[in-house]
Amino acid sequence: MSPVLEVDGLEVAFGDVPVVRGLSYEVRAGEVLGIVGESGAGKSVAAAAVLGLLPPEAKVAGSVRLHGRELVGASERELARVRGRSVSMVFQDPLSALTPVYRVGDQIAEAVRAHHRVTREQAAVKAVDLLDLVGIPDPARRALAFPHEFSGGMRQRALIAMAVANDPDVIICDEPTTALDVTVQAQVLEVLKKAQRRTGAAIVLITHDLGVVAGFADRVLVMYAGRPVEVGDVDDVYYRTRMPYTAGLLGSVPRVDGGGRRPLVPIEGGPPEPGRLPPGCPFAPRCPMRVEACDDREPPLFEVGAGHRAACIRWADVHRADVRRDGAERPAPPREPVTRRPRTVLEVEGLVKRYPLTRGTLFRRRTGTVHAVAGISFDIREGETLGLVGESGSGKTTALTQILELARPEEGRIVVLGRDTARLTPAQRAAIRRDMQVVFQDPAASLDPRMTVHDILAEPLRAHRRGAPEGRVAELLALAGLDPACAARHPRELSGGQCQRVAIARALALEPRLLVLDEPVSALDTSIRAGVLNLLGALKDRLGLSYLFVAHDLAVVRHLADRVAVMQLGRIAEIGRAEAVYASPAHPYTQALLSAVPLPDPVRERSRERILLDGEPPSPADPPSGCRFRTRCPTFRGVLTAEERSLCVETEPEVRPLGEDQAAACHYAEKLAVV
Amino acid sequence: MAGFLARRLLGSVVLAAVAASLAYLLAAAALDPRANYAGRTPQPPPAAVDAQLAALNLNDRTPLFERYLTWAGGVLRGDFGRSVTGSPVGDDLRRRAGVTLRLVLLGLVCGSVLGVAAGAAAAARQYGWFDRLSAGLAYLLLAIPVVVLANVAILGGTWANDHLFGRRVLLVGGERSAGLDAGLWAGLLDRLQHLILPTVTLSLGLIAVFSRYQRNLMLDVLGADYLRTARAKGLSRRRALVRHGLRTALIPVATYFAFVFGTLLTGAAFTEKIFGWHGLGERLISAVFTNDVNTVAAISCLAALAVLCASLAADLLHAALDPRVRAG
Amino acid sequence: MTLSEEEVAGELGPAMAAPPSRGRVLARRFLASRQGRAGAAVLALMFALAFAGPLFSPWSPADKDFTAFLAPPSPRHWFGTLQTGADVYAVTLCGLRRSLIVGLLAALVSTALAALAGAFAGYFGGWTDRVLGWAADLLLALPAFLVLAIMSPLFGAGQWPLFVIVLALFLWMVTAKIVRGMTISLRQREFVRAARYLGVPPVKIIFSHVLPNLSSLLIVDATVNVSAAILAETSLSYFGLGIQPPDVSLGTVIADGSRTAIYAPWTFWFAAGLLVVTVLAVNLAGDALRDAFDPAAKGPR
Repeated sequence: MSPVLEVDGLEVAFGDVPVVRGLSYEVRAGEVLGIVGESGAGKSVAAAAVLGLLPPEAKVAGSVRLHGRELVGASERELARVRGRSVSMVFQDPLSALTPVYRVGDQIAEAVRAHHRVTREQAAVKAVDLLDLVGIPDPARRALAFPHEFSGGMRQRALIAMAVANDPDVIICDEPTTALDVTVQAQVLEVLKKAQRRTGAAIVLITHDLGVVAGFADRVLVMYAGRPVEVGDVDDVYYRTRMPYTAGLLGSVPRVDGGGRRPLVPIEGGPPEPGRLPPGCPFAPRCPMRVEACDDREPPLFEVGAGHRAACIRWADVHRADVRRDGAERPAPPREPVTRRPRTVLEVEGLVKRYPLTRGTLFRRRTGTVHAVAGISFDIREGETLGLVGESGSGKTTALTQILELARPEEGRIVVLGRDTARLTPAQRAAIRRDMQVVFQDPAASLDPRMTVHDILAEPLRAHRRGAPEGRVAELLALAGLDPACAARHPRELSGGQCQRVAIARALALEPRLLVLDEPVSALDTSIRAGVLNLLGALKDRLGLSYLFVAHDLAVVRHLADRVAVMQLGRIAEIGRAEAVYASPAHPYTQALLSAVPLPDPVRERSRERILLDGEPPSPADPPSGCRFRTRCPTFRGVLTAEERSLCVETEPEVRPLGEDQAAACHYAEKLAVV
Repeated sequence: MAGFLARRLLGSVVLAAVAASLAYLLAAAALDPRANYAGRTPQPPPAAVDAQLAALNLNDRTPLFERYLTWAGGVLRGDFGRSVTGSPVGDDLRRRAGVTLRLVLLGLVCGSVLGVAAGAAAAARQYGWFDRLSAGLAYLLLAIPVVVLANVAILGGTWANDHLFGRRVLLVGGERSAGLDAGLWAGLLDRLQHLILPTVTLSLGLIAVFSRYQRNLMLDVLGADYLRTARAKGLSRRRALVRHGLRTALIPVATYFAFVFGTLLTGAAFTEKIFGWHGLGERLISAVFTNDVNTVAAISCLAALAVLCASLAADLLHAALDPRVRAG
Repeated sequence: MTLSEEEVAGELGPAMAAPPSRGRVLARRFLASRQGRAGAAVLALMFALAFAGPLFSPWSPADKDFTAFLAPPSPRHWFGTLQTGADVYAVTLCGLRRSLIVGLLAALVSTALAALAGAFAGYFGGWTDRVLGWAADLLLALPAFLVLAIMSPLFGAGQWPLFVIVLALFLWMVTAKIVRGMTISLRQREFVRAARYLGVPPVKIIFSHVLPNLSSLLIVDATVNVSAAILAETSLSYFGLGIQPPDVSLGTVIADGSRTAIYAPWTFWFAAGLLVVTVLAVNLAGDALRDAFDPAAKGPR
């Protein structure tokens, strides 16, 4: 079978800066090619270049052939005929990818009408069919909605509907699930598979997530610094890795399955800037296997196996024995005894926070109340890490903000370091501010861009009158694994990982006892994330800190947390010791969540049974009666009898213990291994 | 929505009332109608001046607050008081409002339409010759104050009459020739001849403003993801630009249009004054010089109302054009 | 917290040479643009002309040459004379000086006012915000020109500083609203939240985090306000509603000149030209400054 799309020696440059340097691949009908790379690897630019969608100042060279017909240099009219009909694209960030002022149905119909002579009505009917195909409930009504009335997952589905409208031969998906929650990601990937089966199209899936590729793609192409560095069948690339960069990526991903606190292996340094590439192999400066010959010239792609090529002169020496798993779980290393320490640093009891819900940005009016946090309780003991996990809208950020504000909660009680926040004098509050520190998600945003690192680190010391900061600043830099020379720099001169280290150093300046971490690594690239996670782990052990670790990424939480609390719609669904919860989750939501997390392990990914949730997450403003999860609950829908269900509908389940340090808020909780 | 509108309207009315009161108090405190009588010969007796001023509610011997109450009571009944010459302010302003409206509406429509067209064309070919040219002209126009522009227009008009047309085509001074009595068409033509120069003066500045605004908005939209989606669907660049780009970029411009309209009611004062149009703005300037407190206050009141109505209209227009803003 | 020896030793590590300061980077970017260079050069020239120019002329604005009424430019009177016999060069430069001072002062005062009002309203929200927002709305509803016109009888001779203050009072609202909006979004930014959770007092946060991060906006806005103030001043003075005689400003000079412009163009064009060139230079410099602060806003070349 001849390939549908052949890309050969594709080069893209902006001015003198080469962004894509010699990318070649081909896809056949029905095949899925995954293109993996970190930010700045040039993968999105390469995708846009295929369809000629780059701004005019981009210089494109090389060849892109669709059914043998050349697209590079083709006229705008010719390209317009191809776009959306033979090759279509699904973009990242579905909010900005749909025109805000037109109805979703009209935008899909427009894709049909751009290529077929059909009436407005016929196109509208087709649009509704397509919305139905991508699993949007009540499609006829939903077609009349505007993009902002759709949830993120629904918008992504609408984009997929638009992409398959004309039965294309190739669908290029650019990070199609990056902005989505894991359970929604699982749904959207399923829709994509369905759409592919229906159209028989070839798919080019661009992503940074090694797990998504493992389960979805047939072949993988790894990009680094604008070039392919390894390409081959999924199994070859994952299990018989021949490029140190790929090996490094796979080693630095925290995993939701087994291994527990297997220390991650970060890749040193950061990716090179496109304009300033090193003379030889672009990965050489970060490579643990570097030899002198690496700097001589950029290595070509060597044939290392059947259909498997890698750009490394030492490919024969690259081994990743530890990646190969034989299906069986390796025994987790024994951990500290299960008994918890006696002293509590943070106690939250029955915390409630409501927001007024307003509609319209201009004609603001109150239409209801969002129960962002609806009565949650947990505690953190000294030296312990609690991972607070949840998808967007689960209320985890609201809970965190409530704790950080140190104000009297609407309902319930927050006790920080033995003091109830409802009865704090200003002096006590200042004292607690010293002992409880925070690290935020976006490292670039959490440092004042106008201050030097020295001033940033000195600020807490000055605010609490801790005297001359000079020596202390150097200590802190060393503690966070930073070069002392960083003190004179501004945040913009540091990489994302370095910025996050500065933020951690600032949080440690006042020798706190409790550190609140708000998604501290989710803005970082995989290879850098590992280093920051390792740092957090080491600091905790050495300084005896307690962490409240808020995150949406279950794998990251598993890597760091002793205990984990899973939040869903403002309530805690399940809480307990991390091993217990991950190994045998009892709440159907936890089970679905864990089963939705993709593993960077093709064999296991293919054999896994996914628990797919149906429908959209309900709005926190209008949660279902009784159990808040029941509308999406597979147990409620599939397993329970009518009488059993009535309990779920009528009574909101309390968190009840299910064994040694594990508790779940489900009437019919049953432990089940899913990963 | 209705509740919201009512609340918003109420807020505007209160704000307008406060603004008008403030304007009245400022005017009554700063202007001195008594001075109008100082230079007269023969000098009128002080008692007569007092009586005259008191009749017009302009007597500075009456406490300010008392005068204010009298004035506010009148305004509530729709009576804006009398000018220093004794004529009712309301009648005069009603006539003048028409004059101002004609000038402003024509100038604004010309200015915004040409400005939007120029801005969109400049953005579509960024850094092309038209972009550079329009940017240069806009910079120049934005640096010329109305008083200079109007005088230059008059000088240019005079020169054109002498050298290009050989007769008086572009007329200056008032909205029509005084005492002209020559049938409907000739009258209309005469009005048109008077309209050209002030409209050009008013439009030029607005063209500059609108073209810069539209250009920046278009450039924002050009980089938007949804434009890329539209092209990925198979729409041509031109079609995607017009259907998805221009439509979205026009929303803020439309609201800006409404807003500018409100401010121009008095904003055209300089143009009116220089071209001798008897509009509201021109009256305001002359009223300040004649210490005409009631006229000044009435025009301020109208100006405040116009601004507030315009901003309300801008919001409504925004809601009508942008589904994200509409209360769902 | 105890640290091991080698960690403390990190202190002794070599200090890296400081990167170029932000100010120098800005200056380089500003001067790299043709607009910036042109604007700055012309503006410098205008200042030199306004303050040093009169030294080279034997005539002062008050002098009257009774041998030359409405005379065209000549070696004796470089820019010609007015109907009164006053030297146009002397009068125009005097007006330019006054206009520049008024523009600069009014812009400074109004930008400072806008920064404080906007930052406090945005940071504290609640009643502070409502009161300030309401005051701004009120001043927006009353056109500035209107209030200035009403109050013009109060600006007697020599009282131009009062005029500057009133002018500034009516230029701050729009900027304040922008500052307020940006403060609200800055307040949500992690580095401001971090400072708050560190225990830094609010007023200190405003002065050490919020305002410095708005400085680019404020500086650019100040230049915009300079040209706005100059334009407003000249227009008002033109009609006798601003600077009052015997003080002169470009507005009064242009007003005098416009009456004789048709048969004595020099009485009008020199003043009008200087005014337009000055405002143009300020605008160009302002735009170049904005690009220097925010190179991304220019879009890809």
